Amino acid sequence: MGVRVQIEPFDGAQEYGRLAASGHAAVAVFSGQVRDFGYLGDVSLLELEHYPGMTERVLTEIGDSASARFSLLSWRIIHRYGPLKAGEAIVWVGVTAHHREAAFAGCEFIMDHLKTNAPFWKKERHADGKAHWVAAADTDEQRRRRWHEDS
Amino acid sequence: MLSVRFFSLLREALNTEVLELEWSSRCCTVGALKQELIKQNGSFWEEHLMHPNVIHAVNQRVVMIEEPLHDGDEIAFFPPMTGG
Repeated sequence: MGVRVQIEPFDGAQEYGRLAASGHAAVAVFSGQVRDFGYLGDVSLLELEHYPGMTERVLTEIGDSASARFSLLSWRIIHRYGPLKAGEAIVWVGVTAHHREAAFAGCEFIMDHLKTNAPFWKKERHADGKAHWVAAADTDEQRRRRWHEDS
Repeated sequence: MLSVRFFSLLREALNTEVLELEWSSRCCTVGALKQELIKQNGSFWEEHLMHPNVIHAVNQRVVMIEEPLHDGDEIAFFPPMTGG
């Protein structure tokens, strides 16, 4: 269990190794990398701002919610901030459970809530000097909401 | 005292990261605080603070505009989040 919000790169393979060492039957991991193409074309740099304190608290709440809902055995969220280049790892979510269904769902639940509820903001910088704040996508909000619809 | 923080687009547009304000009972809700800031700073602030997408947080929790404020609170204004 745990949250890390950091400016430094992290080693996804090492993080996976830690989760897998638990011996739990199902391990699911999502790793997000900075895309090289944004709304204005090629992205030379992504700057990530966050709200220190609130970020860690929100991510912990998301992890705890996923853990309770899907009976996860363990979970970990790592998110970077600061300047990032295309292709660099920006977010890493790993969970373990007794079965794959819970592991897949728990990992996806965390990502879908992290995208819209954790106080991060992305700014894309381009080679021509232009920069702009990335707008929130309606599809991200829809993906989060579907976890809370009555079925 | 109230501490008012701005992030991302709002921080840049208003050229303000943090404001420390004397506690005033006139500022009893997030909405009232917004009106007070607009009164002090003019139409440019109004345009940004009244944008329907603006999210409000009090003591690092997202709240509705009717949320009451208390002396010592930390209030934040920011656009929709884009993590991940």
